Amino acid sequence: METTTKVDLGNFRTETRAWLEKNCPISMRQPVKSTSDMYWGGRNAKFSSEDQKIWFEKMLEKKWIVPYWEGKYGGGDLTPEENNILTQEMAKLGCRKPLFSFGIAMLGPALLKFATEEQKLRYLPEIVKGKIWWCQGYSEPNAGSDLAGLQMKAQDREDHYLINGSKVWTTYADKADWIFCLVRTNTDVAKHSGISFLLIDMATPGVSVRPIKLISGKSPFCETFFDNVKVPKSNLIGTLNEGWTIAKYLLSHERQMIGGVGQTDIKRDISEIAKEKTKMISGQLEDSLLRTQVSKFEMDESIFELTIQRILDEDKTGKKAAALSSFFKYYGTELNVKREELLIQIGGDESLLWVPNDRNDADAARKFCRSKGNTIEGGTSEIQLNIIAKRLLNLPN
Amino acid sequence: MALILTEEQNMLKEAAAEFLEANSPLESFRKLRDNNYKSFDPEVWKGFIEMGWTALTIPEKYGGLEFGYTGLGQILEETGKTLTKSPLISSILLSATAIRLSDNEFIKAKWLPKLMNGNTLMSFALDERSYFDPNTIESTAILSDDNFIINGAKNMVIDACNSDLIIVVANLNNSTSLFLVDTKSEGVEIKTDILMDAGSYSSVIFKNVTVPAKNQLNLKVKGEEMLKSIIEIGAIGLSCEMLGSVQAAFSQTMEYIKERQQFGTKIGSYQGLQHRAAKLFCEIELSKSVVIKALQVIDQKNENLSYYAHLAKAKLGEVLKLISNEAIQMHGGIGVTDDVNIGFYLKRARVIQRLLGDTNYHLSCIAKQKGF
Repeated sequence: METTTKVDLGNFRTETRAWLEKNCPISMRQPVKSTSDMYWGGRNAKFSSEDQKIWFEKMLEKKWIVPYWEGKYGGGDLTPEENNILTQEMAKLGCRKPLFSFGIAMLGPALLKFATEEQKLRYLPEIVKGKIWWCQGYSEPNAGSDLAGLQMKAQDREDHYLINGSKVWTTYADKADWIFCLVRTNTDVAKHSGISFLLIDMATPGVSVRPIKLISGKSPFCETFFDNVKVPKSNLIGTLNEGWTIAKYLLSHERQMIGGVGQTDIKRDISEIAKEKTKMISGQLEDSLLRTQVSKFEMDESIFELTIQRILDEDKTGKKAAALSSFFKYYGTELNVKREELLIQIGGDESLLWVPNDRNDADAARKFCRSKGNTIEGGTSEIQLNIIAKRLLNLPN
Repeated sequence: MALILTEEQNMLKEAAAEFLEANSPLESFRKLRDNNYKSFDPEVWKGFIEMGWTALTIPEKYGGLEFGYTGLGQILEETGKTLTKSPLISSILLSATAIRLSDNEFIKAKWLPKLMNGNTLMSFALDERSYFDPNTIESTAILSDDNFIINGAKNMVIDACNSDLIIVVANLNNSTSLFLVDTKSEGVEIKTDILMDAGSYSSVIFKNVTVPAKNQLNLKVKGEEMLKSIIEIGAIGLSCEMLGSVQAAFSQTMEYIKERQQFGTKIGSYQGLQHRAAKLFCEIELSKSVVIKALQVIDQKNENLSYYAHLAKAKLGEVLKLISNEAIQMHGGIGVTDDVNIGFYLKRARVIQRLLGDTNYHLSCIAKQKGF
């Protein structure tokens, strides 16, 4: 029995590799460098190249945009083992994701767990086809780390909810078509108990968006304002006033994503860059302190990858470790911040360049600045440490 | 391969935890120390042998269980929690591994069963300097008729004072060789020191010691390669013990800060301690992963053994240092008294992190491997 499965998986791997080699355009096997290298779909979808279009359409036809979802929702019905193989083979060839989407990584899992069948059939296939660009409305100006303190109101107006308030740090809200939001539906109870999970079409009258410029000079985030916005009641996901349960579930997915779990893009070894950029003396970095720093960093990076693997393996045996997403988020982002810090340190003058010139795209300094947000977004490092202390170590209040 | 224990390995680990908790809890470590730094409790060692732990890594061909190093690693991890002293490291992890890797059939057939039965104790003599430096060996062996004549001075030899035989690393014709030497041979002088961890470590002087030619461990295999593998497997085994100590010191500290009250509240409720505790938790998760990976790599005879050995010993050295320090600090005043056990981990940490190379040594090896 087991051998048959192994043979089948072996065949699946061979066929998958052959299919990818045949269908993934060469230009789609290059690392993603800028946002235009990513296809996000949406109502105003534009492909930045013919190859990007071909790649997306081939994968859509193959049902491999979200290969592990059920066929009725547009997925490819792959088993976790098959999906792993597909991910590995894509990584080996360096294939880009055909579609970048918060719908896949964040909203999708929440819908699968909490939505009605009708809602699933309506929203999930649209995510797969890249028809709707979703963004997330969680944080508010006065509800950052204290997310449950959110105040954006959704008032019951018989046939609809009336929304008033604002969201902040809404990623790509200026480009998104729909937003999934946490809203306050009851103000008379403890703060965690009066929250609901609502889907809102950004094209509804009363929704407006203002991009936020970051220290990196880029604007991936926005502020989103809701002024007497009418939302159909059928857009509520899960039970009224029990949105916090969905929020926590979804946050754990977001944290794993930010922490780099399941990330398949291959990062260059810091040591390779250090060898190239800094002085070597008899086969060793001349800066011996840097040598130790790099060696220690790569040790932690490599052991963090082993840890992701180990915990996923433990999950498969049903030994669920609660709140470990906080560990992933905390450690993964702290590592990334260290990585960018080392890159600035070893990159020399070029890494300080801010305005691109004809030789350099000024990416390093901007990425360094952007990385500072990693340990803040999706729950700060301090919040993750609180969660670990309380939920995993059971330390007293 | 999944980074989890098999059912059999898990059962072994649980049995070890149970046995040690019943027969050799942390308090036993104190008793041995206070009993003139006794090296180990023979009754507990007998238990190890009866449970089959000394046979885990011995091939079936020589009567062993051939269960693998991942199994031995679980025992070592559990002994790291209770700080149980035994000849497991000197005789089994180091010496039996050396003999298992040997291609001298005479030595294997004669000594592996004896090591496994616990009748014979052996130690492994490598170090010659006051820090770990396996590349500078000055001890020599010269072939004279049917014997080797060995000269040299070794130090940091674990348990040499109790050993019947010592495996000695020496230079023969400008390359590394390993020899089995009877401790009662003429010219062997053993002087034993008690170190910070209450363990016995000896300086051993070999002065024109005559060893029969058949006692050379490496015949066709290269001594350098054998030695490298022994060090790597040994470093991984020590990392297992360190992982046990890390977990035990951490959980004892968590228990303490959940109980201890100051300013009318449990000190574990302070964020100043909570965040540090959470960071230690993360480091332990990382430690578990590298240790299980390294153990599996030994059993799979994977070519990356040396990389994962460096990775494991470097990481565990760092984490044990961190946690043994934090454990004392979080215990406060009582942590620096001999009345509580938490200080035992600190003292063991400083010795075990030095054995077979500390964090800096292994980090440097990783850098060398990667060419920087």
